[in-house]
Amino acid sequence: MGIININKVTYEYIRRDEENNVEGITTAVDGVSLAVEPGEFIAILGHNGSGKSTLAKHINAILYPSEGSVVVDGMDTREDEKLLEIRQTAGMVFQNPDNQIIGQVVEEDVGFGPENMGVPTKEIWERVEESLKAVGMYEYRAFSPNKLSGGRKQRVSIASVIAMHPKCIILDEPTAMLDPQGRHEVIRAIRALNDVEKITMILITHYMEEVIYADRVFVMDRGKVAMSGTPKEIFSRVSELKELRLGVPQVTELAYELKRAGVPLPDGILSRKELTEALCRVFGK
Amino acid sequence: MLRDITIGQYYAADSVIHRLDPRTKLLATLAYLVSLFLFDFPGVYVLAAFFLALVVILSKVPFGYMVKGLKPVLFLLLFTVLMNMLFTKGEVLWSYWKITITKEGVMQAFYMAVRLILLILGSNVMTLTTTPTRLTNAIEAVMRPLKVIRVPVHEIAMMMSIALRFIPILLDETDKIMKAQQARGADFESGNFIQRARSMVPILVPLFISAFRRANDLAMAMEARCYHGGRGRTQMKPLRYALRDWLAYAVVLLYLAGMAVIGRRIFW
Repeated sequence: MGIININKVTYEYIRRDEENNVEGITTAVDGVSLAVEPGEFIAILGHNGSGKSTLAKHINAILYPSEGSVVVDGMDTREDEKLLEIRQTAGMVFQNPDNQIIGQVVEEDVGFGPENMGVPTKEIWERVEESLKAVGMYEYRAFSPNKLSGGRKQRVSIASVIAMHPKCIILDEPTAMLDPQGRHEVIRAIRALNDVEKITMILITHYMEEVIYADRVFVMDRGKVAMSGTPKEIFSRVSELKELRLGVPQVTELAYELKRAGVPLPDGILSRKELTEALCRVFGK
Repeated sequence: MLRDITIGQYYAADSVIHRLDPRTKLLATLAYLVSLFLFDFPGVYVLAAFFLALVVILSKVPFGYMVKGLKPVLFLLLFTVLMNMLFTKGEVLWSYWKITITKEGVMQAFYMAVRLILLILGSNVMTLTTTPTRLTNAIEAVMRPLKVIRVPVHEIAMMMSIALRFIPILLDETDKIMKAQQARGADFESGNFIQRARSMVPILVPLFISAFRRANDLAMAMEARCYHGGRGRTQMKPLRYALRDWLAYAVVLLYLAGMAVIGRRIFW
């Protein structure tokens, strides 16, 4: 039994006109099943409108499935009395850093979750300190969030979730509004937390470079899981990815093109180092 | 340009007044304001001014900074003085055409001006020495008894602190929208008052839409972090009275007693 079990989940948005008549039904998530093991780093890929964010909101019990069920650490998200426990087990980081920071000072924002959970004052301070240290933002604890860069704001958001001691963190496109530097910072923080604290990570993104560190990748298209596997397996299917309007990391693309041009390279090269080594082998240096 | 606006007017310094519990400051300020209007004998203003001067010196806020707070109300002040001077009946001092100035009028105007100045300076001391966050906490704590009559105290305080958090963000956004529209030829500077007011409408519409979107996002983020109202919530920075707060209350009581003694003399 995994930490998160998504069983044949379907979610429909019902569009209504001004008189409240049903105009149409959009199926955002269509019969998706996936299970996540504790400590895994999962990436969910997909272009805009593929249903990946909608799926993410199910894990945190913000949305409820129209059909099927979502079970988080043995709790069905439909059980109302477990709601707070589910949200504490599966924390969520959103896309826009400005719209999810509640505190006027960094440390107050990190303390917000534990305050809601009714953690005693002394322990809140301990949690705030350890969470800010975990993302390397401790020295900014007395700053106003407005004075921080996007990457730092997102690291504060991650710290705010860690302070609730979740078993799993869902990150809904946490880097979409950041510059490359900020993206790098955030991804490094996520990987470190997964490695060191063994927190299960579910990263939702459309940046290919960010998924190469994941244990498993799911590619979503039109509400369905179109592909799944390790990053290597996924990126060896370049043409399929292109059909789903997804690019591949630059290095992978280069290797793919070289291979098509007749250079005998292995499939699914993910890093510059790998490509260099493979090329050296081929040309016998 | 909009970025430079500071919210509240906190003056950072390390003083006894800064360190006081915000509840103490809030209640003491209220007591001070009421005391200014409770008594009519001129002597009380000397005591009130003396007391305020003492607090200002203790607060280490430069006097010039304090006086700046009077500027926005200068018009109100002049207006009150003029009205009191012109429309109080009594012993005529000076008369021209339909305008008469009476002795009582001058006295009344003078007292009113002193009261208003003390009132504004008094409340400025509080806002200058207390951060908005702490002030919000104090308001929540002081209003807590109102929960009995179903006033949503926690919700009001939460709304105030979220508003404070989002003011700079929305100002930034206004700036961006204005620039975007100026880039497309919008003109906010020329024309008369009405024309300029009208040119603000295209700024307000996108600003409101974005504010609602942000509110929606924020509500979701708060729920995701287990927010479920004030029930069962603990505080990271709870307010605790220290010895200096009790001392401050004692000083305020002493001051009120002094005011009462001097003020009562009018009836003796």
